[in-house]
Amino acid sequence: MLADIMLGQYFPGKSVIHNLDPRTKIISIILFISSIFLAENYQAYVIIAIFIGIIITLADIPLIMILRSLKPLWIIIILTLLVHIFTTPGTIIYVLGPVTVTQEGLRQGLLMSLRLVFLIVISSLLTFTTSPVALTDGIERLLKPLKKIGFPAHELAMMMTIALRFIPTLLEETDRIMKAQVARGADFTSGNLFRRARNMIPLLVPLFISAFRRADELATAMEARCYRGGDQRTRMKQLKITGCDWAAFGIILLIIGILIVVRISVR
Amino acid sequence: MSIILENINYVYMAKTPYEKTAIKNINIEIKHGEFVGIIGHTGSGKSTLLQHLNGLLKPTSGMVSVDGQDINLNGEDAQRAKRSVGMVFQYPEHQLFEETVYDDIAFGPRNIGIKEDEVEARVKKAMDFVGLDYDQFAKRTPFQLSGGQMRRVAIAGVIALEPAYLILDEPSAGLDPRGRDEIFGQIIKLYKNTGITVVLVSHNMEDVARMANRLIVMNGGEISLDGSPIEIFRDCQAELKEAGVDVPPLTLLMNKFNQCGLDVDHTVIAMDAAVETILAAVRRR
Repeated sequence: MLADIMLGQYFPGKSVIHNLDPRTKIISIILFISSIFLAENYQAYVIIAIFIGIIITLADIPLIMILRSLKPLWIIIILTLLVHIFTTPGTIIYVLGPVTVTQEGLRQGLLMSLRLVFLIVISSLLTFTTSPVALTDGIERLLKPLKKIGFPAHELAMMMTIALRFIPTLLEETDRIMKAQVARGADFTSGNLFRRARNMIPLLVPLFISAFRRADELATAMEARCYRGGDQRTRMKQLKITGCDWAAFGIILLIIGILIVVRISVR
Repeated sequence: MSIILENINYVYMAKTPYEKTAIKNINIEIKHGEFVGIIGHTGSGKSTLLQHLNGLLKPTSGMVSVDGQDINLNGEDAQRAKRSVGMVFQYPEHQLFEETVYDDIAFGPRNIGIKEDEVEARVKKAMDFVGLDYDQFAKRTPFQLSGGQMRRVAIAGVIALEPAYLILDEPSAGLDPRGRDEIFGQIIKLYKNTGITVVLVSHNMEDVARMANRLIVMNGGEISLDGSPIEIFRDCQAELKEAGVDVPPLTLLMNKFNQCGLDVDHTVIAMDAAVETILAAVRRR
């Protein structure tokens, strides 16, 4: 029942993009996302679209996966489009009952919703090409400087890693308990909201019990192996910035530069 | 009266990079009254196969029918056919949730609309089969029982549905030898007393050999051997090895004796019988 759910959305591969250091990817994406907000005209949008297209091709992610990542948010995209079309004042090109469509509104709506699409696609490219573990590793390293002001970077990353690690386990567990109860005649799909909530009890009670048991066991296992937080821990996979990463930074800065120039020169 | 699987294939996570064919081309008929043991090493598709027997998984292609009824259709008849197949999962004690042992065992019967006085009768009967004293355990919370007792409560919860076919996935996993013997003793008793059809998955060859009258060996998602345990242990040791399962040590020993020229009965499965046949062979010399 739940077996087909995609975990995160990591799409294993060996492309240039996959092999970049997670830190490079996180920083580049933050830079790139902010530069998207610099774009105000069609020319800039075309540049961004081409750039994203190149990254998708390099990362070798099937287009269908990219489109799938847009699925949960398409309502927001459409809403953004409609709100802008109908509420921006300007030259009226069409009257639809009480509301009017303006030229500016159409332009604004298209650009805004495209911007949303760009944001979603580029951030899902990060999760497509970076395994959850690499991602948390990267985040931990990036947050490390904040440790000086008492920010628990390692602990946060460890919690994220553990949470991610247990998503598939708990999904599997849920699946198994669900099946076991269905085999005993339980019904999780019909009835009104209240009934359905009640029917979840045979699923939730065992699930919580097993989650707590697992937490207990994991804590014991960690202590048995002398885990005492992040100080002086070494890593099996050392993150390493290579030439590729510097090249990636260079390209991102170049793109941002171009976007700034376009913004200033094209009016 | 049988469960028939025709050309069953099942693919996990189709059309993603994680796509994996779990079982392919499965054709079996489980006849009424059989005690079928299914063995195979981890990942051989045993559990996936089991979940097709009562419609928890729908085959990617192929058909499953229980007593002549295709169970993957919609409607009452298919529902009823599915219900005649009781399923005990691995670590079934993890599914307990009610406040008392009684309520947990009664969960299934109540769900299928059995009246309360009959529910009580069924709970009593089920607890009796798994060897839990009704007066002592019915009102206790299942979470304070020992592992073996919890497992028996969970198995009773399935038996209380009075299925015609009982499927057990590794019912002895994680139990000590004594708990294992108890559970198996109760399953055998249930089998002998009620004529229920049992399908038992295990990777412990000895258990299966001792109880089952038919053995199915799975390897790489396919059925590699199907026959009586004695024949399979005698004739197909190479195939067994390839499937990653061991011949029971007793059978190995008996075969060794035979090779060395001592004429013992190599089909024995129980320890007592083995001792006897060795003694007899030695005396004949």
